[in-house]
Amino acid sequence: MTTTKGNPAGSLWKTTKENPIVVLMVIVAIIVGITKENFFSWGNLGNLVSNTAVRFIIALGVSGCLITKGTDLSAGRQVGFAGCLAGILVQRANYTGRQFANLPEFNMFVALLIVVAIGCLIGLLNGAIIAFLKVPPFITTLGTQTIVYGGCLVLTDAQPIGGFQENYTKLITGRIGSTEGFNLPYLLFVALAIGLFFWFLYNKTRHGKYMYAIGGNEVAAEVSGVNTRAALLRIYMTAGIMYAIGGWLLAAKSGGASASLGMGYELEAIAGCTIGGVSTTGGIGRVTGVLVGVLVFELLKIVLQFLGVNPYYNYIVQGIVIVVAVALDLRKYLAKK
Amino acid sequence: MSEYLLEMRDVCKSFPGVKALDHVQLRLRPGKVHALMGENGAGKSTLMKCMFGIYKMDEGTVLMDGEEVHIKDPMDALNHGIAMVHQELQPIPARTIGENIFLGRYPLKKFLGFFPVVDHKKMYEDTEKLMKKVRMDFDPKRKLGELSISQMQSVEIAKAVSANCRVLILDEPTSSLTQNEVDALFRIVEDLKEDGVAIVYISHKMDEILRISDEVTIMRDGQYIGTWDSSGLTTDFIITKMVGRELTNLYPERHNEPGEVVFEVKDFTSINPKSFRHASFSVRKGEILGVAGLVGAQRTELMEGIFGIRSRVSGTVSYRGKEMKIRRPKDAIDSGVAMLTEDRRGSGIMGVLSVADNISIASLNKYLDMGIVLNSKKIDELVETNRQKMNIKTPSGKTLIQSLSGGNQQKVLVGRWLANDPEVLILDEPTRGIDVGAKYEIYVIIEELARQGKSIIMISSEMGELIGMSDRIMVMCDGRVTGFIDGKDATQENIMALATQFE
Repeated sequence: MTTTKGNPAGSLWKTTKENPIVVLMVIVAIIVGITKENFFSWGNLGNLVSNTAVRFIIALGVSGCLITKGTDLSAGRQVGFAGCLAGILVQRANYTGRQFANLPEFNMFVALLIVVAIGCLIGLLNGAIIAFLKVPPFITTLGTQTIVYGGCLVLTDAQPIGGFQENYTKLITGRIGSTEGFNLPYLLFVALAIGLFFWFLYNKTRHGKYMYAIGGNEVAAEVSGVNTRAALLRIYMTAGIMYAIGGWLLAAKSGGASASLGMGYELEAIAGCTIGGVSTTGGIGRVTGVLVGVLVFELLKIVLQFLGVNPYYNYIVQGIVIVVAVALDLRKYLAKK
Repeated sequence: MSEYLLEMRDVCKSFPGVKALDHVQLRLRPGKVHALMGENGAGKSTLMKCMFGIYKMDEGTVLMDGEEVHIKDPMDALNHGIAMVHQELQPIPARTIGENIFLGRYPLKKFLGFFPVVDHKKMYEDTEKLMKKVRMDFDPKRKLGELSISQMQSVEIAKAVSANCRVLILDEPTSSLTQNEVDALFRIVEDLKEDGVAIVYISHKMDEILRISDEVTIMRDGQYIGTWDSSGLTTDFIITKMVGRELTNLYPERHNEPGEVVFEVKDFTSINPKSFRHASFSVRKGEILGVAGLVGAQRTELMEGIFGIRSRVSGTVSYRGKEMKIRRPKDAIDSGVAMLTEDRRGSGIMGVLSVADNISIASLNKYLDMGIVLNSKKIDELVETNRQKMNIKTPSGKTLIQSLSGGNQQKVLVGRWLANDPEVLILDEPTRGIDVGAKYEIYVIIEELARQGKSIIMISSEMGELIGMSDRIMVMCDGRVTGFIDGKDATQENIMALATQFE
């Protein structure tokens, strides 16, 4: 986008051509905003920000898998599992519907550490199957997705989990400012911090370079002395940790959890990444792109809601957007050939 | 009746920023082999793609038998009797020879009188006839994947013949063939000539061109330079026309002085019984050791075994008497061995990444601040030093490596390895697919490295390159080391004698 200097129209056209979905969504949002009341409101903005924040964290986890030409279909179920486990750990001791009556009440940060540790292990399992047994990531994570869901059902007995400690829900749903007027949810800062960490990881560390190298050409990376197996392990492990954090946040944000928590989040995350320019052909993707992609996807959902579309149609629209985004991305790649 | 079977007149084609073809002419006579020559990027492939309907010409006309034709797409080209055997074959290895030949146009018969199904009997009968025509005696039901590359190529030619082609384009057909296989291919070409087929032959190999072609058209930078009768042409003349200047030296003068033996490989044997076995050799400090052999001699496999890419059952590698434990490439790199692999696209470049990323990937440990943070300034310096030292033509370090020419990509890869300052450098076909000018630059770099005292092992399939660049040549045949020849005494004949010493 550096060419066509002194020709803003040309430059704008190029941007549009490269990110048609993003531009289209912004235009649609502006039109909806003008025609519908309350669209441009602090309340709606706060809503958008906190929805985006959680999904951004999960999408960052998936992004590493996608950049290395993999994928992680177990993302959503891992989020759900972490959410349920965190929920069980932070249930108030005096709450009557406790899942495990004899379990002591945990500090929420201890709960976070526990779910992160378990997320790390699940990620490690994914990574090990992919890196050592060479099972394609699609199949691997399709399997672990089901395993994790089963584990979650066993853990929760398919019962909803409620009665969380108040400071847990408050911390996550809390915000600077008031709910009515200008406000910045705490979640925003959590997401920003994690986003910064990933930017650093992807751009300033060996791990990041190795990740892009594996996506660009795994054989070449291996021949260049990159320990590709260790790198893949780290990538899927980091992903697992992100899902755990995401689940921990999501349970608090929802004020309750159940086995269906996080369902379909892997697709939203993959869609966000793809809209944001993470290429399914490998080796390409930026943290800022993931942010834009997730934001646009959330914007789409809110726009549909404001337009009064039957929520069941949302899935249809979202599915179409995912396919279109990948198709456009591949066209970009084909054109370059 | 026109004198020419196919004529391309004043063909022009532009891509954004480049004029790929500028009023190019090509005239093919029936029953003649027409060689199309030029450096990489001269526009040969673009011209062929225009003929084959893959690209649309901006200007120009195509005439067949003196009448103008408009070829819309490859299917249309086939209908006009134009067939192309691609540089990179794209067969379906898991299917049979017959199915590959008739892919997309299977003979049909009616099942129960109305339902069209593939007529396998007819397909395999026809295949058998075709295979005879290309002098191949194979069961048409064999899986294509069981064939050697040259045999697959013959199948491709059979496919072209089956389409009743009148113009056959052979794009670098011999790049991975042995001498015997080249001879077999040439016999097929002679047969086709007798049938009146016009053949376009694209190759970089001068001796082949002079042997097989009747006419030569030379292109340079998208321009048409001229067409000559092959008889009476010399290699020097062709090269001069191709590069547009006199190339006085094909190889630089060597001033490196081989010293004491530093790198020793003993009794290397692959886990694969058909691959390298009991291979032993040594390399001196500052020596260039050429490695010769036919395709299938397992040279690449042996070197990849040493580098830790392939597994072995026995064998040791030592540097200055100390044994190196190499299980994977990382171990080799850590102990000062580097390897430029043969397949630049497959295991060399990371196409969608920048030049800077590509050049630094093997040596990132050197550019760390506080043990974690990569110092982009140091990486930029690495790019800049290499760019100047090796004359790498790239707009900047941020440019994607896939947009560079083959020669420049290769220089970036050489830079990747030099960044680690290795003591032993294994180069596998370092100049394959690189044009004449850039080749010379690569030779200069290799000579300079040897002069600095690095030990160089260079696999090459080009005799001239081996003889011109090596202090010593190791020859392999069928997985074994069959002998060593001093660079000064090496001739094509004595190398070939060792390279064909089958057990």
